[in-house]
Amino acid sequence: MSEEKKFLYVNRRAPYGTIYALESLEVVLIGAAFEQDVSLAFLDDGVFQLTKGQDTNGIGVKNFSPTFRALGDYEVTKLFVEAESLAERGLTKDDLQEIMYEDEDDDWAEKPSIHIVSRAEMADIMADQDVVLSF
Amino acid sequence: MSTLHTVNKSPFATQALLSCLNHCKDGDAVLMIEDGVYGGLAGTGLTDIVAQKGKTVALFVLAPDLTARGIDGSRLISNVEGVDYAGFVDLVAKHDRTQAWL
Repeated sequence: MSEEKKFLYVNRRAPYGTIYALESLEVVLIGAAFEQDVSLAFLDDGVFQLTKGQDTNGIGVKNFSPTFRALGDYEVTKLFVEAESLAERGLTKDDLQEIMYEDEDDDWAEKPSIHIVSRAEMADIMADQDVVLSF
Repeated sequence: MSTLHTVNKSPFATQALLSCLNHCKDGDAVLMIEDGVYGGLAGTGLTDIVAQKGKTVALFVLAPDLTARGIDGSRLISNVEGVDYAGFVDLVAKHDRTQAWL
């Protein structure tokens, strides 16, 4: 099957209390090898995955948050974060880490991968996919 | 183009059902399975929200999961319909994609 499909990975869990968030990121990295049109959605507690300044030294598990910044190298450059979910949790865009990618179609200009979208826009994004994988 | 949403957690334990209802679009279907079937009950604190959404979205519960939990179909919100496993498959086939709310 050579036809490119639109894949959306939906992240609704906070990072360290369960394994969902890490497993999602692992699947995204594996899936990147198949050169599909990949987007990531962060809503509900999933927005906590992207906070900056995560330090897991005290809890004995791997801090996987820096891995999000490597996604651009795998051509995963669309990270949609739901504004309502941020606001409900007392967070703003400034609480999230900066994730950039180099746009090969624009002289390798650095561009942000994170896009803050409304709940309605998130619903539109979800409805525009061929495959939705939930974590 | 439409989506079948599945919800498998009790709405009294997690936000999965509410988040699903907040993101599904007119013409979509929501199938409540496993502990998700409690979301289809009448007379709960969430009944009004679910029933209201049922005006624009088709609502279903997986009947074997309801029966397993000792809940009679008469306890369901009026616009929530029970389906069996074959009905589940029909819903998957009818819609363009399936999105699980875990």
